[in-house]
Amino acid sequence: MNLQLLIIAIVVIAVLLYLYNSIIIAKLRVSESLSHIDVQLKRRADLIPNLVEAVKGYAKHEKELFEKVTKERANLVSAKSMEEKAKVNNQLTETFKSIFAVAEAYPALRASENFQKLQEEVSDTENKIAYARQFYNSNVLNYNTKLRVFPNVLFAKLLNFKQAEFFGATEAEKKEVKISF
Amino acid sequence: MNIYSAISANKNKTWVIMLLFVLVITTMVFVFSKALGYSGYGFAGIALILAGLTSIGSYYYSDKLVLATTNAKQIKKEDFPNYYRTVENLCIASGLPMPKVYIMEEVSPNAFATGRDPKHAVVCATTGLLNMLNDAELEGVIGHELSHIKNYDIRVMGIVAILVGFVAILSDLFIRASFYSDSRDNKGNTIFLILAIVFAILSPIAAILIQTAISRKREYLADASGVLLTRYPEALATALEKLAKDKTAPKNASNATAHLFIENPFDNRKVKNFFTSLFNTHPPLEDRIRILRSM
Repeated sequence: MNLQLLIIAIVVIAVLLYLYNSIIIAKLRVSESLSHIDVQLKRRADLIPNLVEAVKGYAKHEKELFEKVTKERANLVSAKSMEEKAKVNNQLTETFKSIFAVAEAYPALRASENFQKLQEEVSDTENKIAYARQFYNSNVLNYNTKLRVFPNVLFAKLLNFKQAEFFGATEAEKKEVKISF
Repeated sequence: MNIYSAISANKNKTWVIMLLFVLVITTMVFVFSKALGYSGYGFAGIALILAGLTSIGSYYYSDKLVLATTNAKQIKKEDFPNYYRTVENLCIASGLPMPKVYIMEEVSPNAFATGRDPKHAVVCATTGLLNMLNDAELEGVIGHELSHIKNYDIRVMGIVAILVGFVAILSDLFIRASFYSDSRDNKGNTIFLILAIVFAILSPIAAILIQTAISRKREYLADASGVLLTRYPEALATALEKLAKDKTAPKNASNATAHLFIENPFDNRKVKNFFTSLFNTHPPLEDRIRILRSM
């Protein structure tokens, strides 16, 4: 009788350990993939001074824009929470668009090899952020699912596991696309 | 079959293939040396050691051999920025470490991945492929290749390319030699004939081995998990369509490496002989395209 109890206890503990470890692994994957996003965000932040420098030579009077982008860069670097990062990152995307729109007015700038390279880098970084976000969000989905399914849900709360946040889409992205003819 | 069971199945298959190779070679050598009147154990022992070394060597160096036989060259980001970036991006999307990026100077569009695990992986595309596809389509193809890396398909495929391909090439060779050699009756010729017969038997077995190890399902699985990265099945479908239309024959593929490519390099050959159909390792492109379109 005692032996049976012992076996049952061992099996239960083994299963619990397995479940616990699988949650921990999923959680580690989430934080690891978040660091992938951070790498790309940093890369993007590093591009900004160069871009400003390149455009400044041609469009001195666009001071406001330069100040804005520099400020947003500082915000991006100092952003701690993911929500903040996502928000500043989306603002930056918009600001980049206006910088490139300004550049449209200066054919000499557009033609410069340096600027073209920067433009390429910027769009490449944007793609990479998007992919990093995709990877992160799929890991979050996996982790959150692990927390919610039975029997994990029974002890996940007890052990203070919290749902991870998705790296947010912009408000614009969430809106339905309206096409008018 | 999901990706996790695919990974462990692939790791197990690698061991089975390596063991089988050692067993087959050792037994063969033993039987031959017996038949030729030697005691057999000495030769079998040497064969055991050599086959074991080959096996272990092919585990570690199959990628290098494959790259050498296909004439692939490693590239830097500056050489083909678009191609390199596509690989980078999809690695980020899949969480894989960055593989080495190679190129094959060839008009025929094709691509393959090789290596022994994601940390020692290689992605290779032909210049024809890069010229033919647009960005989204290239992304689809690279996504497919990265899935092969992630699923550990590359490990099995690399081993198969070297070990089973080795047997296949030998049998091909001996069969041809026995057809063309004149039949003067001397001892060398008899040995040759026996070898030919044995390899003629072995060759289909090798082919069947390739077939089972390579199970065509993996192509569908790689298509599906590749699309999970790009989220755009249509691009891979049109890419495969373009590959299907292309009729240029590849210079640098052989029966031993055919299964590595995204599309069977011998599919378009005019002469379809017995052996190429035996080694047909790919599901029909039409099926893959149809499945992609229904996603």
